[in-house]
Amino acid sequence: MRAYAIHAGLLAILLALHFTLPAYHHGNLARVMVLASYAMGYNLLFGYTGLLSLGHALFFAAGMYGMGLGIQHLGLSPAPALLLGLASGAVVSGLLAALALRTSGVAFMIVTLMFAQAGYLTVLYFGEVTRGDEGFVIQQAQRVLWGVDLSAEGNRYIAALLLFGTCLMVSLWLVRSAFGRVLVAIRENEDRVRMLGYDVFAHKLAAMMISGGMAALAGAAYGLLFGYVGATFASVQYSIFPLLWVLLGGAGTVLGPFIGTLFMFYLIDLGSDLTTAYMLIAGVALVLLTLFAPQGVMGEVRRRFWRELP
Amino acid sequence: MTTPKTDPANGLKARVTGTTRRGALSTLAGGVAAASLPMWARYTHAQTAEPIKIGFQVHRTGIGAAYGRWYDRTTQAAVKLINDGGGINGRMVEIVAEDDGTDPKRGAEVVEKFANQHGCDIGFGTLFSHVVIGSAPRAGELKLPYFVVSEGTHVSSGMLNRYTLQPGITDVRSQVIAMAPFITETLGKKVTMIFPDYGFGYDHRDNLAPAIEAQGGEVIAKIAIPPSETSFTKYFPRIPRDTEVLYHVMVGPAVLTFVKELGEFFGGRGPALFGFIDSLEAVTINSPGLEFLENTYFWEGMCRHQQSDESPHETAYRAAVGVDGRGAALNDGRDVSTYAHMFGCWETLHVIKAGMEAAGYRGPKDRAALIEAVEAMTDMPESLAHPQGDKVFNGKTHQVFGHQNISRVEGGKLVRVHRTSIEDSVYPDAVDYTTRPF
Repeated sequence: MRAYAIHAGLLAILLALHFTLPAYHHGNLARVMVLASYAMGYNLLFGYTGLLSLGHALFFAAGMYGMGLGIQHLGLSPAPALLLGLASGAVVSGLLAALALRTSGVAFMIVTLMFAQAGYLTVLYFGEVTRGDEGFVIQQAQRVLWGVDLSAEGNRYIAALLLFGTCLMVSLWLVRSAFGRVLVAIRENEDRVRMLGYDVFAHKLAAMMISGGMAALAGAAYGLLFGYVGATFASVQYSIFPLLWVLLGGAGTVLGPFIGTLFMFYLIDLGSDLTTAYMLIAGVALVLLTLFAPQGVMGEVRRRFWRELP
Repeated sequence: MTTPKTDPANGLKARVTGTTRRGALSTLAGGVAAASLPMWARYTHAQTAEPIKIGFQVHRTGIGAAYGRWYDRTTQAAVKLINDGGGINGRMVEIVAEDDGTDPKRGAEVVEKFANQHGCDIGFGTLFSHVVIGSAPRAGELKLPYFVVSEGTHVSSGMLNRYTLQPGITDVRSQVIAMAPFITETLGKKVTMIFPDYGFGYDHRDNLAPAIEAQGGEVIAKIAIPPSETSFTKYFPRIPRDTEVLYHVMVGPAVLTFVKELGEFFGGRGPALFGFIDSLEAVTINSPGLEFLENTYFWEGMCRHQQSDESPHETAYRAAVGVDGRGAALNDGRDVSTYAHMFGCWETLHVIKAGMEAAGYRGPKDRAALIEAVEAMTDMPESLAHPQGDKVFNGKTHQVFGHQNISRVEGGKLVRVHRTSIEDSVYPDAVDYTTRPF
């Protein structure tokens, strides 16, 4: 119960910030919450199940394009378009899981990376439909969900908070459930879990589909809230980002992805004011953190202060 | 209370201040009244004396960095000229530059930073299409006038919004259709296209064929090359033997290989070559491997190499930006500029100045008036503000139209052989942004 209260407390703080933050940081936080939802999806697979994917941009983009193309070409309204995005992510991640889960370790990383790259090139190949690298705009009139204009700053923030809150609570519930315990057990000792009679493949498949679905939902929401769908979101860097966010914040902690995403966002934002080599600053920060707090910010909190932190 | 008094030193009347109780009270009352005003009202006077802040979205890193470096230099030169001339409406112009990493997500964040953190009056200067398309929705939502220098047809296509304008550079569609008459009349009627297999290439593919057909010619083959390709020889056998003109628009790091392999394939006996200088912006035409480009033709927005009939405006522009007669930096001949495009920054800033002056722009509350003032513009005569040449602005589509240049490589120099009329580049309106609400 205490764990739920702590996580609900974060949501309450984020709601309070909605009324108090200056415009610029208000906008940033909305963005961070959507991206953190993506990172939470990633964390379920990497942090809890121990599967290091380098292809999550495929799922993020599947959600974004499922939503965007649904609106653009099928004339869908935002609600069914979001569902289409979610379904696209679940289907794509299910298919990829069926193939990639035959491998493990480095091979799994390479297979996921290759499929994500194939996905990126597919977006470019079907440029007439997807508008390729240029991408396309989701017009303001197409972003009205149940009478709520998602392009308005306040509505966008609340929508991002709802998405983030849902992903946070689902993650928390999941990792504390029997299913989540099995995932952690797979991460720690896959052979022993198999020996105990669990269907490891089925658990991994489910974890990958939930992870991919969450990433896709975040991708769909990102396109809808910020009005743009483009191929860069399918590129390899968007597979690397969630890995960095999760590593920074603390893999295998529910709050870690949010902390990591927030930290990285402001590191780049403030670093770019100082130098054009701001990615170098981000890189150095990551190296330092890996050296001195290898379990990430929240991992360190768990190690030092609260062993039961989910 | 003040009383006139003659200054014995210079005989002039000086006003000497004597403090009284009533004077002190009224001053105090004034101070209290001022303190009770809302924050914005207290600084109304101060604000009008503050500089006009222009948020400059610059590609300092990422694939657009070479363009960004020269867009930056051109922008600084234009702002210096404007400020030396008294600024805009008596206020100095301040450039607030932010690197967008040539990335649409970061681009949108930078636009938010201009509007909400730096308090910029407008945003300006974006080149790469995907960054423009990713950023423009946020500019529209934040009601930040967003002046892009991108060449993309996305502005005039109606995809963007009322706050996004392109008044300083022509778009790819108009450039391509303006080339068609020259190609068919001078080089040949059977054209084969080689283009990169993504957005930029599609703009050429989709617009050239109808324009060539309208001139009685024919595009007999369209060869799309994947963006990741590093060797091109295997594509050349697909060029039909009866091709008279090979139209190429390859861009990116592999372009030198492309040109070299093309030259080796034809061995100097192939069809006439026509390309867009985009391929070779920031690259010296004398680079090893580019000898094959001798006697071939290029589109240029503005002629990189100084022409014999260069206008005094362009000469002054060249000097102000710091570019020599071969389009390289004055202090480093190897640092070749993106000359065919970067004039767009210079001209856009002068359009912004003219627009702000016409609108009597004083602050962000006049942003809509600024847009309307620019929309009302039509003819832009050749001048120091428009050194590339005269232009016509279409307020409905937010897109400017102008002359295009075709140059031939002669002895390692780009020599202009044709300059199109503005009418050659005009196409029907696809949108009327003026009907959209602010």
